[in-house]
Amino acid sequence: MREVAIVGASMIKFGRYPDRDVAQLAAQAGLEALKDAGAGMKDVEALYSGNLYQTSGSGQRILQQMGQTGIPVVNVANACATGSTAFREAYFAVASGAYDMVIALGSEQMGKQGLLGSRGDPATSLEGRVGSYMMPAVFGMAGMEHMRTHGTSQEQFALASVKNHYHSTANPLAQYQKESPLDEVLNSRVIAYPNTLLMCCPTGDGAAATVICSAEKARQFTTQPIKVAASALTSDPFSDRDLTLPDINTLTRNAADIAYETAGVGPEDLDQVELHDCFATAELLHYENLGLCGDGEAGAHVASGAPWIGNKIPTKYEEDVAPYVDKSYSPKSKAVVNASGGLLSKGHPLGATGVANIAEIVFHLRGQAGDRQVENSKVGLAHVIGLCSACTIHVLQK
Amino acid sequence: MADSATETAPEIRPIVPHLKLGETRDQDRLFGSRCSNCNTLYVGPRLFCGKCSGQGPFTEEILSTEGEVWVYSIIHQATPYVKAPYIAAVVDLPEGVSVNTNIVDIEPEPENIKFGMKVRMYTEEVSEDKEGNKYVAYKFCPA
Repeated sequence: MREVAIVGASMIKFGRYPDRDVAQLAAQAGLEALKDAGAGMKDVEALYSGNLYQTSGSGQRILQQMGQTGIPVVNVANACATGSTAFREAYFAVASGAYDMVIALGSEQMGKQGLLGSRGDPATSLEGRVGSYMMPAVFGMAGMEHMRTHGTSQEQFALASVKNHYHSTANPLAQYQKESPLDEVLNSRVIAYPNTLLMCCPTGDGAAATVICSAEKARQFTTQPIKVAASALTSDPFSDRDLTLPDINTLTRNAADIAYETAGVGPEDLDQVELHDCFATAELLHYENLGLCGDGEAGAHVASGAPWIGNKIPTKYEEDVAPYVDKSYSPKSKAVVNASGGLLSKGHPLGATGVANIAEIVFHLRGQAGDRQVENSKVGLAHVIGLCSACTIHVLQK
Repeated sequence: MADSATETAPEIRPIVPHLKLGETRDQDRLFGSRCSNCNTLYVGPRLFCGKCSGQGPFTEEILSTEGEVWVYSIIHQATPYVKAPYIAAVVDLPEGVSVNTNIVDIEPEPENIKFGMKVRMYTEEVSEDKEGNKYVAYKFCPA
């Protein structure tokens, strides 16, 4: 296996594009990433295309827009980890020596489709009759498990929304760029307790792309190659309750172990993390799963200021956060979490998300993240989880 | 032949494969399948074992009608045919397995539901399809 670098990255603004089709959205991201790399379709030897809802042939339709050079196309679907799994396949294709330069692209067009729609014949549907299987319920219950085990409160979970919405105001690519103080988060309508509307990510349309090549070839294209230091993918190992309530924790911990060992870094070495905050509850669970803090410390961690841009609570939110500050808590990791605004603000077009998280880290490692720049960022981690269940973690280094 | 198949009388059916219907609703029971190789118990029927990769055989076991709430969520944004808010929960049964369920007969407010709360199963008809078949679901209420 040889060293692999990212030389091009792009993300289109997530949102709703009723007048464009998904191949056009994806092609825009792909062509922008190529331009960013200073490369062209003639340099690209394969396309790894992540898309969940329009999977079959979607990569080929993207090339009909980007340039039909006849290269191999691999269409990838892996739940919410679709884009990051496409990236991982692209990474291995280069690391193995099979290709020198490839594109990993994620795209999705969801329109106004939410994650709550009824499926199949309503007469035989279990949804709402024998529990709930929709994502808001699953992540609501995952948060309740943390509440049960560690006494975490709805307010502590809500602080993740306050933080990420605050971060989003500096990200022009985010679907929403609107701040939400704690009382606004808590007073928005409940979707699935403890998550309120402002604690759920929006769905929408989007695309993101990266151009990946061997470290050797990267020198021809850029003076700022971003090294892919680790790529980990796990599925959920057997546990008694997992088949009833998907366990989003164990597979993330397993992936983190692999990623840290491969990259030779630990959570204390990370400058920033883009993690899968599909719901505010998930963000706090993943602080612990990624080792940014100890078990049961997630509530104290978000209130400590550590995961906020600048590693401190902005003055205007000090009052909101004060009741949840644990003065005896000292953060283990000062990694800024979800400088992009996270899925909670940026949006979550399923297939695009995994590549977008990686692109965001690339922007910061190059110092090109504008007003949301994590100062002097050298090591970043991108985490994505999809049910049931896939977890990817990529560690990127300057 | 196709005609005779479509002319069968409507049935009463369990809405999930892990519910076994009795002669009357108070005889309905949840059941599990135990792997003869590694002893793992699953909810409902099972052909293969995800823990030991065994191919069975699996022994059917009737599960308790009483259990404890592991976790819950109060669902306010529900699918169109369901009345909201309602309580969705994971209930642990004494046999060591868990089931997804609705908790009913409690006002759906967080202060009314306790982790570890004891609950009891009952069943009722919840829907009917276009052919007139009726579907029975299980629910849990405070024990």
